[in-house]
Amino acid sequence: AATGDGAPSSSRVFVVRRDQDIYIHTLRKLFNESHGIFMGLQRSEEELAGKSRKAQLVQVSKNYRSVIRACMEDMHQAAALKLGPAFLQVSILSAMELIWNLCEILFVEAATAGPLLLRLLDWVRLHVCDVDSMVRQVLSSESPSKHKLFWNLGNTQTLTELELKWQHWHEECQRYLQDGTFASNPHMESICKILLGDEDAILEKKELMTTWYHFLVTRLLYSHPTVKPMELRFYAQSSMDLFLGGESSPEPLDMILMAAFEFEMHQVIKECSIVLSNWWFVAHLTDLLDHCKLLQSHNLYFGSNMREFLLLEYASGLFSHHSLWQLGVDYFDHCPQFGRVYLELHIERVPLSTEQKALKVLRICEQRQMHEQVRSICKIMAMKALRNNRLGSALSWSIRAKDAAFATLISDRFLKDYCEKGCFSDLDLIDNLGPSMLLSDRLTFLGKYREFHRLYGEKRFAEAARLLLTLMTAHIAPCSFWMTLLTDALPLLEQKEVIFSAEQTYELMRCLEDLTAGNPDKLCSLQDDDVETTKVEMLRLALARNLARVIVKEGTVEGS
Amino acid sequence: MSCKGDTRTQRSRGGGPAEQTGNTAAPSRLPLFLPLPTRPATDAEPIGAGAAARRSQAEHSAAPARPGNRGQQAPPGSYKRRGRLSAAPGPARTRSRRAPGLSLRARRRAAANQRARRGAGGSGRGAGAAMEDVSAKFVSQKISRTRWRPLPAAALQPPDVFATGSWDNEDNRISIWSAGDLGNAGLNGEYHGEPHLLCDIQHNGDVMDMQFLDQERIVVASSTGTVTIFRHHQNNQTLSADHRWAKAHYHVDQDTSCGGAACTGVVCNNPEIVTVGEDGRINLFRADQKDAVRTIDNADSSTLHAVTFLRTTEILTVNSIGQLKIWDLRQQRNEPSQIFSLAGDRVPLHCVDRHPNQQHIVATGGQDGMLSIWDIRQGTMPVSLLNAHEAEMWEVHFHPSDPDHLFTCSEDGSLWHWDTSTNVSEKPSFLHQGGRSTAYLSHSTMNQSVVSAWLSNDPTKDRMEITNLIPNQTLSVNSLDVLGPCLVYGTDAEAIYVNRQLFA
Repeated sequence: AATGDGAPSSSRVFVVRRDQDIYIHTLRKLFNESHGIFMGLQRSEEELAGKSRKAQLVQVSKNYRSVIRACMEDMHQAAALKLGPAFLQVSILSAMELIWNLCEILFVEAATAGPLLLRLLDWVRLHVCDVDSMVRQVLSSESPSKHKLFWNLGNTQTLTELELKWQHWHEECQRYLQDGTFASNPHMESICKILLGDEDAILEKKELMTTWYHFLVTRLLYSHPTVKPMELRFYAQSSMDLFLGGESSPEPLDMILMAAFEFEMHQVIKECSIVLSNWWFVAHLTDLLDHCKLLQSHNLYFGSNMREFLLLEYASGLFSHHSLWQLGVDYFDHCPQFGRVYLELHIERVPLSTEQKALKVLRICEQRQMHEQVRSICKIMAMKALRNNRLGSALSWSIRAKDAAFATLISDRFLKDYCEKGCFSDLDLIDNLGPSMLLSDRLTFLGKYREFHRLYGEKRFAEAARLLLTLMTAHIAPCSFWMTLLTDALPLLEQKEVIFSAEQTYELMRCLEDLTAGNPDKLCSLQDDDVETTKVEMLRLALARNLARVIVKEGTVEGS
Repeated sequence: MSCKGDTRTQRSRGGGPAEQTGNTAAPSRLPLFLPLPTRPATDAEPIGAGAAARRSQAEHSAAPARPGNRGQQAPPGSYKRRGRLSAAPGPARTRSRRAPGLSLRARRRAAANQRARRGAGGSGRGAGAAMEDVSAKFVSQKISRTRWRPLPAAALQPPDVFATGSWDNEDNRISIWSAGDLGNAGLNGEYHGEPHLLCDIQHNGDVMDMQFLDQERIVVASSTGTVTIFRHHQNNQTLSADHRWAKAHYHVDQDTSCGGAACTGVVCNNPEIVTVGEDGRINLFRADQKDAVRTIDNADSSTLHAVTFLRTTEILTVNSIGQLKIWDLRQQRNEPSQIFSLAGDRVPLHCVDRHPNQQHIVATGGQDGMLSIWDIRQGTMPVSLLNAHEAEMWEVHFHPSDPDHLFTCSEDGSLWHWDTSTNVSEKPSFLHQGGRSTAYLSHSTMNQSVVSAWLSNDPTKDRMEITNLIPNQTLSVNSLDVLGPCLVYGTDAEAIYVNRQLFA
């Protein structure tokens, strides 16, 4: 069913779509609504047994069909407004419903000999549009009392009894015919023949019946009302042969229905997959049949079973759609073997146009513990934010992904901006990092460094000094930043009050010497720069002075 | 937490009519569907007629149990669900969703159950009706916003017209709908027409947010950063773009000079319009002026998710690092006048609403589905945190005229009704006695005299009834709006739902 939508002109770019029907606007309703039914079916795992379970499954099947019908109706409405391809779509939908209904009768409900014909009768009535009037004509004009009686009997009496009575009635009709009661009226005669199940007589009225299955059901009604499911295939085959009579070859639809009458479930699904331009039908029908436990024995030679294979195809189609991708997620979830892998591959390819969409995709991944995808989505969003100069957002995204490397990168950007501008941007974020600060060393440093600034701003100098020192001695600060930190210490050293203790001052001095001595490259570059050398000199001076003051102070305090 | 399983209360909502409709045994044969509309003569018919046809078809046949019909809205398992409720009284215990002692919660639940039983015995009115009055329509576009058109002053009718905006479609639209004629309802209210489209117009980009400016104009925020005012011409049922602020929100890109940034929230107080966006910018427009009156660049370093008016000159914003900020637009400083924040985890906040009468009470919803109630007169942390949805809470709304009721919707596909009106049992409850037209007037007046139930710290009084209005939904409920007795909500499953009898 993969089809190509070609642009045959000079451009020669072909849009290949795996499931063309996905793009039909009016069908979106079908996809969305049936998604709900599908989910309901998956949830309703076999809590019910036996009969009620069957009733439940039949109800599900009817729900699916009613969605198809609703869609057809919408298309009729649309077609009323603008004539166009809608007609084709309606006919496809109606064929889908026709097949589904037959499958429902034969497979899901598995009607037994008596009710089977009733169901088939309903089925034909429902789908052959002008059958209503005809049925009325055929049924009501003849012997309505007998017919009513006949059908009422179906409910109360056993099959054998029914058959006896039917035969009795049958013989009565035959007698009428032989007696020539109706001889005067050829119409009445033929009606009587029809009632007797005379195939030739029925065939004569062929033009009244649009299809061979209509003929089949009519024939069954008048000649074999108690047909058993297994006998259907013979009647079906012969009906088709008789009806088409070699004039025309069977259409694909005929083949599908024939396969259904033959109880060849796999053949039905196979033919449908080939003929229909969507995966919706086969995926949902197969899933339903699977829940009826009708497909268990059948495993495909390529990995998963047929249900899963078809669901995967359908869901992949949904993912290729601009907006229906969300539905696909749930279908993948119910493919035990490959669903997860498919989802992982598809979800990464959903374009993330806004943060809100990204959040929705993220939620899908997080609910399913798809850590790899979570990381990649967050990274994409962080990169986008970074490109837009939204450092705060970028940091938020990398924190959500717990992406340490990226958090480090962004922290560096923040610090660089600070060195250039002398003030921090995005304070509201940095001040509120909380535990997420521990994600990366650089981020911790950023948070702590900002804390130092805050303490300093609040004139809590002693705490600020202690924090500043810890940043260096505990190696939280990157070496490249030490010079800035030491420069930050300058105003603290120059305060009227002594802030750094003697021990702390020694530590500061060691840091300074480590920086200048331990790193000759750095030293060279520092010496090149007059400003830097002056800075170092000033620092040394300030440290020495502070040391002198603190020794005096500590000495006096101890002495006194 | 764990009370999910034991949350059935004895109120009649779960039983009665709901179950009957849900469990109807499939009739033994599928009756005739009505013939398909082959409509040469009926071309001119309004769309509603087709719906009616389908409706009656649905009622005759065994097959359909479609969301549009009443049956499916009350699936067999539907019951009144009381949420996983844990309030943290007092600002001291903010992050206490696991904290409050079991005893407190147990007591509260016991109290609620008692009350529920009383209620069931007292009024014979079928509570199941609330579920059945939902009508739905599949609209073939993912809905991001739904908004009732405001009622004119002194209007007596319930709201009828609402607007929707779509997202994530190749072709996004703003649509105006009529909720369906209530007059069509039979005596038993057995039939409500489904919403039908009045008009629509194409919209560039996802609709991120929208709000009615007045009876005719809607302000729409786009993911392209553009803010547009659309006018709904009610005479000839058309929509047109009235005014457009292109790229009101934008990124200063490194490469290109200017790229649009999604405008995430809009709020209006005619003629003023405030927008916020992913660019952390706040814009103040006036409907009658071409350029922005005021712009605060870099108002927030993270994404601003939503905005609402606190007073006429002050606004509230929530952002993606769990902060609630108050901005005074009279101040020329480009800084918030107050910052509140969730301590600890920095859980992003997605929505905010203010109590309509008591302006110091603010509700926000977060990424973890938690509902936070803030008292902006005191502290910097929420007064209570209520564990709610399992995923992002996209919208929170106090009922505009009956603020003891609150509604929240979420990515997890649920929509919760929070009811504190039964809180003070000694007071007569007008709401559950009077007819639905009288309930609202009486209730709002008596509200002002008491301490709001939302801030109540008294565990014996602090009862809240929580109902999940959508039991089996799977896809996100992106938006809701509530006005009078009517609720409208839209989902990612491309359906809109209208509930006309919230308090039945």
